[in-house]
Amino acid sequence: MAEIQDNGGNGKKGREKTKQKKMTVRVDFTPMVDMNMLLITFFMLCTTLSKPQTMEISMPSNDKNITEEQQNKVKASQAVTLLLADEGKLYYYEGEPNYEDYTSLKETTYDADGLRKMLLRKNYDAVKQVNELKIKKANLEISEDEYKKEVAEVKGGKNTPTVIIKATDNSTYKNLIDALDEMQICSIGKYVIVDITDGDKFLIDNYNSKGQLSAQAAGNV
Amino acid sequence: MFIDMTAMSDVTVLLLTFFMLTANFVKKEPVQVVTPASVSEIKIPETNILSILVDPTGKIFMSLDKQADMAATLEAVGQEYGVTFTPEEIKKFSLLQTFGAPMNQMKSFLGLSTEQQDKLLKDMGIPCDSTDNQFKAWIRNARATNRDLRIAIKADQNTPYSVIKNVMTSLQDLRENRYNLITSLKTTSDEQ
Repeated sequence: MAEIQDNGGNGKKGREKTKQKKMTVRVDFTPMVDMNMLLITFFMLCTTLSKPQTMEISMPSNDKNITEEQQNKVKASQAVTLLLADEGKLYYYEGEPNYEDYTSLKETTYDADGLRKMLLRKNYDAVKQVNELKIKKANLEISEDEYKKEVAEVKGGKNTPTVIIKATDNSTYKNLIDALDEMQICSIGKYVIVDITDGDKFLIDNYNSKGQLSAQAAGNV
Repeated sequence: MFIDMTAMSDVTVLLLTFFMLTANFVKKEPVQVVTPASVSEIKIPETNILSILVDPTGKIFMSLDKQADMAATLEAVGQEYGVTFTPEEIKKFSLLQTFGAPMNQMKSFLGLSTEQQDKLLKDMGIPCDSTDNQFKAWIRNARATNRDLRIAIKADQNTPYSVIKNVMTSLQDLRENRYNLITSLKTTSDEQ
């Protein structure tokens, strides 16, 4: 691999022949480069270059000492309750549940023209303001911190809807993340994940049987 | 006559050094977990992470990123369950990347070889139900060891909500109301 080149002395005679030969040592680096390339490939493939994304959530404290008044009472007209059911089904109702009328519960999807459309319509003003702020930030009119502050203000505004997410036991984690994702896309600042109640389960069953259950219940009374 | 490779070698060594220094290896996880996609673009912080791994069948595993925390947490939890560990066992535990053995099996588990541990860990998991909630004990003691811990939940997208609810209520009981949900970035951006 290494080669000693002998330059000088060739075809020379006499006094020069006895003079010590000038040597140049040249090492062939090709195998070294090969090995390095191999190692680089190994490290490149083993590294997690992108850190995983994350979603930050704050859950309500389930401290029993908190009284009813302290828990923010949601204005019925501005609340939207999402019910995440099994097999990727999604239902919602606005305001207070109406157990008699099964049409008060509406079925929707996780697609862009399902849940998102509904939420955007509900949260039209806030979304518009947030979009304006986004443009301002893109044009460097406001700084990152100002943007965050303003967005938080808009999201916490008085007329923004509150979304209550209730997941049934059979819905998957993906459904929950999809629902939370929509909250972010639709700039909804007030949302909460709570346990499903029997009343909500009844609503879903009632919807699926097209009002038969509520008719039965009415008959019994 | 050959091409001088010295310069090339210099470049490759430089690149190699870069990759070696920036490398953070893919963590060995006992179960394969596919995280759901989300539009959220917040990156997870690098240190002080307590990650909770939830597989589709509801088995729970945990990992801490600092070995000192691992050792201290094991001792604290062991004390709670009346198990004392030898210094070797604690050392072995702190080198684990993910743990999930129930307390009654922890001692025998730590005595096994790495290959056997990997094989067994798949079928284990930290118990997290109302009768035996060791998960809570782990979280509480991990929090006591390191105040700055951030909790990150990494769950499979097909995990039933009942399992997640169990984890979340356990966290709520400990007043851990802020935590992160690990997601992968949505590749097809269909935002509006």
